[in-house]
Amino acid sequence: MSVAVTFDEVGHQTLPSASEAGPAPKRIVVAYGFWIFLLSDIVMFSALFAAYAVLVHATAGSLAGAQLFNQRSAAIETACLLASSYSCGLMSLSISSRRAAATYLFALVTFALGAAFLALELHEFANMIAIGATPQRSAFLSAFFTLVGCHGLHVTAGLMWLVVMMAQVAIKGFRPAVVRRLLCFALFWHALDIIWVGLFTVVYLMGVAP
Amino acid sequence: MNILGKLDWSAIPFDQPIVMGATAGMVLGIVAVLSWIVLGGHLPYLWREWITSVDHKRIGVMYIILALVMLLRGFSDAIMMRSQQAIAAGGAQGYLPPDHFDQVFSAHGTIMIFFMAMPFVIGLMNFVVPLQLGVRDMAFPTMNSIALGLTASGILLTNISLAVGEFAKTGWVAYPPLSELQFSPGVGVDYYLWSLQIAGIGTLMTGINFVTTILKTRAPGMGYMRMPVFCWTALASNLLMVAAFPVLTATFAMLLLDRYLGFHFFSVDAGGNPMMYVNLFWVWGHPEVYILILPAFGVFSEVISTFSGKPLFGYRSMVAATMVICVLSFLVWLHHFFTMGASADVNGFFGVMTMIIAVPTGVKVFNWLFTMYGGRVRFTVPVLWSLGFMVTFVIGGMTGVLMAVPPADFQVHNSVFLIAHFHNVIIGGVVFGVLAGFNYWFPKAFGFKLDERWGKAAFWCWLVGFYVAFMPLYALGLMGMTRRMQHYDDKSWQPFLIVAAIGVAIIMAGIVCQIIQLIVSIRARDRLRVGDDPWNGRTLEWCTASPPPAWDFSILPHVAGADAFWMAKQQAQRVPQHPNQSGEYRPIEMPKNSPIGFINAFFAVVTGFALIWHIWWMAGLGLIGAFVTFLFFAFRDEDEVEVSVEQIARFERRHRAESVAS
Repeated sequence: MSVAVTFDEVGHQTLPSASEAGPAPKRIVVAYGFWIFLLSDIVMFSALFAAYAVLVHATAGSLAGAQLFNQRSAAIETACLLASSYSCGLMSLSISSRRAAATYLFALVTFALGAAFLALELHEFANMIAIGATPQRSAFLSAFFTLVGCHGLHVTAGLMWLVVMMAQVAIKGFRPAVVRRLLCFALFWHALDIIWVGLFTVVYLMGVAP
Repeated sequence: MNILGKLDWSAIPFDQPIVMGATAGMVLGIVAVLSWIVLGGHLPYLWREWITSVDHKRIGVMYIILALVMLLRGFSDAIMMRSQQAIAAGGAQGYLPPDHFDQVFSAHGTIMIFFMAMPFVIGLMNFVVPLQLGVRDMAFPTMNSIALGLTASGILLTNISLAVGEFAKTGWVAYPPLSELQFSPGVGVDYYLWSLQIAGIGTLMTGINFVTTILKTRAPGMGYMRMPVFCWTALASNLLMVAAFPVLTATFAMLLLDRYLGFHFFSVDAGGNPMMYVNLFWVWGHPEVYILILPAFGVFSEVISTFSGKPLFGYRSMVAATMVICVLSFLVWLHHFFTMGASADVNGFFGVMTMIIAVPTGVKVFNWLFTMYGGRVRFTVPVLWSLGFMVTFVIGGMTGVLMAVPPADFQVHNSVFLIAHFHNVIIGGVVFGVLAGFNYWFPKAFGFKLDERWGKAAFWCWLVGFYVAFMPLYALGLMGMTRRMQHYDDKSWQPFLIVAAIGVAIIMAGIVCQIIQLIVSIRARDRLRVGDDPWNGRTLEWCTASPPPAWDFSILPHVAGADAFWMAKQQAQRVPQHPNQSGEYRPIEMPKNSPIGFINAFFAVVTGFALIWHIWWMAGLGLIGAFVTFLFFAFRDEDEVEVSVEQIARFERRHRAESVAS
């Protein structure tokens, strides 16, 4: 009881509340801004998800998801992406302890797993196009290719970003600006996972449900 | 295959004298301004101090200049529409062929919303918000400059469409299937889509920047409930940008895929769903009107409070109303198309939500009225705009509530009654608001006031002109006149449309007064010069110099309550702004100027133009150029410069000497 009273006095008399503490340090500001960007990106995906949900049955006499999707391939893709997020987390730990060799190693693993994901996805797209299931064939396929392809484009951008960041670590070392960018990259990479989990559920699981 | 894609000489409409005349005027204007800059030797100054500037105040001013120029462009479209409809009655066809008239009304809507209202509002926020928060810059100053560049790129592409090719003939909303390749094979819709995609990315950047700035960088002591209301409305507006603009980007991307790669999102065949576009468009579109009006509400709050010499009545209810509107704005989009054929329950839900949104808006109106009640109101130009707003906006709001009733909406849907309604709220709300803000903050930006007499003349012309121009449209809408008519048979409509055309002429007089006001004030700037606090202001922007130094505040203010500057003045102690010993100053890290915004804008225009005309190699070069620019700046080492204590002290000494002299 007495402890709480003391705390209360300190809290209200001398310490400013968090909202009155003045400008936040740059690391906080940058990461916060990047969170806001990620939210906006997720809003964009939500529009694509909505379009997919509206058009999922508009197959125009062509093949539907149940006949097209290869769940085994989608499962491996998911595993690759989730594992790449894990190695991305290990990379973040290496960056925190400023270990360059470990950073490169985990970046390489992250890159390889991301590239494998992308290769599998492109392979799936190629197979579908080969049997005539092109995005021009039906509204459902337009929505499918756009939703999944947009995520794939994000993964591609992430891979390019990772390469640039490793070049920056090599040339500039772990200076604050580089570390902040690596932090943003990690946020971005994990956000792609979140979107993929939604995508896997809505497209690949619900798509083949009877 | 043509190396220039679809582009050839036939893209330039040599056979249309009106278009060619406008093009010649535009080109001559640009050449005149450019040669004045280059021959007058202003180019190095312009490059150093403005184009590469990452200062939020300079960027704000540049946004507002863009908006004022686009106001003239969009307004000339308005004159053409009103004069065409005033004469094209009975069998007459007027002077604008349908093909041209359709482009005029599409360009008018697009320009006025995206390239006049948006840059004006963003410009005011840029200039004011960091000053009101008591900080030295935006969270991401360089990104701010890039955002400005992207907005300017969108504007440039839209205006290029006047001379090269055509603009959309689909209306500013570009509904499919009309906007699909099948029915709009020309480049008009592509100009529309790429301009808005590019500008939209800029707007999203602005949104992220402001949300971060307002939530994470405020002067010490400025808790949320001490923020000026303008900052609250700016926060709400930018949250909406972050949450709504990505939907527009996705929607336009889908339409682009339909048009460029033969996808079937919104097509009439292969399962496409045109109504999905309409839904998605207004999921962005309704928040968009609140993106525009909320900052205007903020301006009125500041103006009314300052010139009544009282704190804002019901500050907390004002903040709550702002945030409620922010949320509700996402729950009303379907009222733009009650006639879609949704069930009565769906229409009923959106009708009720639309009516509910009038409640927080009403709270705001009463708060302004009660702020003035018992105050000593000074009837300056910003106050006149605010009073004109209160009367006009309430009328517009009531016609809005009328249309929120689905059965009533069925009668007036897509009629000129709707046109009258949304001009009633956008002119009476947004335009009056930004012009109030323009007059209110101009002395802070440039150190001298705008001329009062010409400002008042401009206000009365706008106010009277608005009523004369748009009240007849309410009547015409109820008589059954639909929007976007190039000509009409019913001669009984013509007198109303002639009155409306006269109204537009009166508004034009208002715009002319505004231009004269600017010229007269600049010429008489020595007489109109004012100190830091010309209006007896209440918020922190009035405690620094006019114009403020690049670093805004030599010493960051400490905030002890709402209306921070007013409180400081009341206690007859200054905000610690002029310390006696220069030893109290600290060196300030300021972001370095950067040409990346300009270079990126260049590549955005090249890429956009190439994509519109299917010049694929050029689009590729543009994208590579943008990427290389990005890499170059990512590897740059220094991005901050230090302002030394001596420099700050020198500025403050000179500023104090000037204050004493005047």
